[in-house]
Amino acid sequence: MGFQTNFSKVEGLGSSKEGTHHWWMQRLSAVALVPLSLLFVYTFMQTLGTGYQGFVDTYSNLGNAIVAILFLIVAFFHLRLGLQVVIEDYVHSKTWKVLFLIANTLFCWGLMGVGVISIARIAFGFVG
Amino acid sequence: MNKIRSHRPLSPHATIYRWPLNAIMSIMHRITGVGLLAGGFLIVWWFFAGAISESYYDFVSCIVTSIYGDLVMLACLIGFWFHFCNGIRHLFWDVGLTFNERNVMISAILGLLGTAFLTALSLLSIYFWYG
Repeated sequence: MGFQTNFSKVEGLGSSKEGTHHWWMQRLSAVALVPLSLLFVYTFMQTLGTGYQGFVDTYSNLGNAIVAILFLIVAFFHLRLGLQVVIEDYVHSKTWKVLFLIANTLFCWGLMGVGVISIARIAFGFVG
Repeated sequence: MNKIRSHRPLSPHATIYRWPLNAIMSIMHRITGVGLLAGGFLIVWWFFAGAISESYYDFVSCIVTSIYGDLVMLACLIGFWFHFCNGIRHLFWDVGLTFNERNVMISAILGLLGTAFLTALSLLSIYFWYG
């Protein structure tokens, strides 16, 4: 076994069958983020200094809430894919790699969930 | 296996060559992408605070608009615009456009100018809206 070359270990296994999907999803979310992030950042900057009432008023507006929710969903989806590539490239220990990948997925989906539900709560008029 | 590999001579690479501009843009894309994790966390925290109560929102606002918060947000703003501009370069490459040395150099410079312009525009907007 020790004399086997790295190449012969992987020869004939074929591709992982899912790399293209990851690549495509990253690009698709990137395209969606071009308008979404512009709209989100514009609204966000206008709301930054307006205090609590200004903030609640902004995100009680249906259009602003939709933009913010869509932005958070797509941005965290895109972030998860991007961080996954970085982890796969730089973390070489198998154990740590798997742990980091799990943490990445939980962290990104978790933050997305908290963000979306928070905006929904404001948009539906439960606060303010 | 890895031990055998490590005895073989390697060609000199990242540590010895002068980095072309595009290589710097590439690694910056990764660094800003990872860095925007912090921005994403702050934005979600901000929305979460707004959904909880006014007093908690004010508490989080205090932290985010403190000098350290401002520095983090400024870094996020620059990182965001860089990742935005450089991401558009990647989208052009992905459809097979601007894929030669000259155009890559031009778009790298355009990306940096775009980052500077959009950051300046954002800061000026914030300044005019809030003084």
